[in-house]
Amino acid sequence: MSANDVQMREAWGQGLVDLGAQYRNLVVLDGDLANSTRADMFHTAYPDRFFEMGIAEQNMLGVAAGLATTGYIPWISTFAAFLAKRALDQIRLVIAQPGLNVKMAGSYSGLLTSKTGKTHQSVEDIAVFRAMPHVVTIAPADAVELRSAMAAMMEDERPTYIRITRDAGPVVVPDGYEFEIGKAVLLRDGADIGIVSTGVQTSRALAAADLLEIAGVSASVLHVPTIKPIDVDAIVALADRTNGIVSAEDHSIIGGLGGAVAEVLAEHRPTRMRRIGIQDTFGESGPNDALLEKYGLTPNHIVEAVNDLLALTSVTTR
Amino acid sequence: MATASALQRESRSISELEGLSRQARRLILESVHKSGAGHIGGPLSVTDLLVSLYFAELRLDPNDPVNEHRDRIILSKGHSSIALYTVMALRGYLPVEELATFDQINSRLQGHPDLTALPGLDMSTGSLGQGLSAGIGMALGARLKGDDFHTWVILGDGEIQEGQVWEAAFVAARYKLANLTAIVDANGLPQFGWPDPSGHTRETPFDDPAAKFRAFGWNVIEVDGHDHAALLAAWAEAKAYTDGPTCVIAHTVKGKGVSFMEGNYLWHAQVPTQDDLDKAGLELADPEERS
Repeated sequence: MSANDVQMREAWGQGLVDLGAQYRNLVVLDGDLANSTRADMFHTAYPDRFFEMGIAEQNMLGVAAGLATTGYIPWISTFAAFLAKRALDQIRLVIAQPGLNVKMAGSYSGLLTSKTGKTHQSVEDIAVFRAMPHVVTIAPADAVELRSAMAAMMEDERPTYIRITRDAGPVVVPDGYEFEIGKAVLLRDGADIGIVSTGVQTSRALAAADLLEIAGVSASVLHVPTIKPIDVDAIVALADRTNGIVSAEDHSIIGGLGGAVAEVLAEHRPTRMRRIGIQDTFGESGPNDALLEKYGLTPNHIVEAVNDLLALTSVTTR
Repeated sequence: MATASALQRESRSISELEGLSRQARRLILESVHKSGAGHIGGPLSVTDLLVSLYFAELRLDPNDPVNEHRDRIILSKGHSSIALYTVMALRGYLPVEELATFDQINSRLQGHPDLTALPGLDMSTGSLGQGLSAGIGMALGARLKGDDFHTWVILGDGEIQEGQVWEAAFVAARYKLANLTAIVDANGLPQFGWPDPSGHTRETPFDDPAAKFRAFGWNVIEVDGHDHAALLAAWAEAKAYTDGPTCVIAHTVKGKGVSFMEGNYLWHAQVPTQDDLDKAGLELADPEERS
């Protein structure tokens, strides 16, 4: 973490305030976590449009659905772990099935949740939302992309899940970047291997590409902020011009980005893959660096997967 | 595009409401018979509540079913969908003949209410315990906009076993939502539940819901859910209370109107045969047709 890092949750709170000025029908529902998620910034700015729902996520999602039918656009403030599971049947019945315009922000997603441990870490939220018909699923890389994604979400009427991380991280999207739902962005071009990443793991994918370059391997990094609908063309094109694909995400390797990329490639361009992510397990409490190391999310883990894949590719093509 | 002025509240007489209830019950039985699936006991217990609301209380316009100023109604006990569709058909939302498509493929009349299928349905329901929360959202939306529409949510007394109902009950009282009324169709019988010591019936699914809603800060009214005059008085009393939400506990009979179905939990979702229809038809005939 460097001095230039920006906290995604702060950006989310400020984003709500700014969008709240532009959209008078934006409302926020909170599950008693506003000072963690930073929805409290919206509460300060627009107390009349902020509804505290207490520690009752199931009711909160139902209330959001009702508000959506009266012309308001509700944003949900809670932790990804609770949103994606505690209120899942509510999301299914009154948000996804009727396709109501509710914006579900899962804060504290992934492994890095301030030493709260496996109860609060969310390693399967992307898989859960991606499997839900009608729900757009977004995992921005950094605070800048998050702000751009929020603006895009307000102009889109579909129910949407957006994944937010707690801690500060580097900004990786280029200057002037504009997020577009369903569009991947090539952050680095290289011919030997394609790394496909999402969320904050993209910064570690870029770090891995730096390490690979030192070792003489040129890697592309395709950042996929929208896991559903996924950018099939960009993923297939990457597979076409490289020797293998490594997916990387701060999420389970099952059902998330890795699963989605594997589905795309299996149907359109069968390609050897390695999936970096949480290996079908739950996490634990601990410092961020230790968690990334133990659960296999560091740039070095990506490098190892790339080397493994390249060795295999060179053997089989020989 | 219709304007708010197209919205209107019907005000049928008590005898007209009773006639509509008999007609609705006959249609419900026929539809479930034709469909070969669906629920019976719950739709018959909730029929009078729906007839009363649609024909004497709700401000609406069947020709402009999504008018933003309309009163909202959510049948949270979505498995009684056929009763809702039937009353909506009688009110002019859909042709009565369309009831024959209930539960069929591509029908607007899905097994459980689907707001994307039939205009005029205010919320999708079916997984129990969720309607009251959506009703809170509508009531908050009305308050925020300064709109005076009222939101009504009908729950089952088995349904209120769901924990989410009590999350919602707490929050509705916290926000003092006087523009929200919950109605509990307290027919006293679950789908299976706990056997009564007699062995012939079931214990009530939820003891004294009135006391529980009161404890959560609600204004509570208890009423005979099959007495049209009493229901009209209950709606008026609910809306006159301005300090918070009101819950109307409507005491009803599961399978109401058909003697051999009344109070028999086995008729929760049994499909009536032609013979059953004939017998029930005699009991539900209008007085002038009886001889």
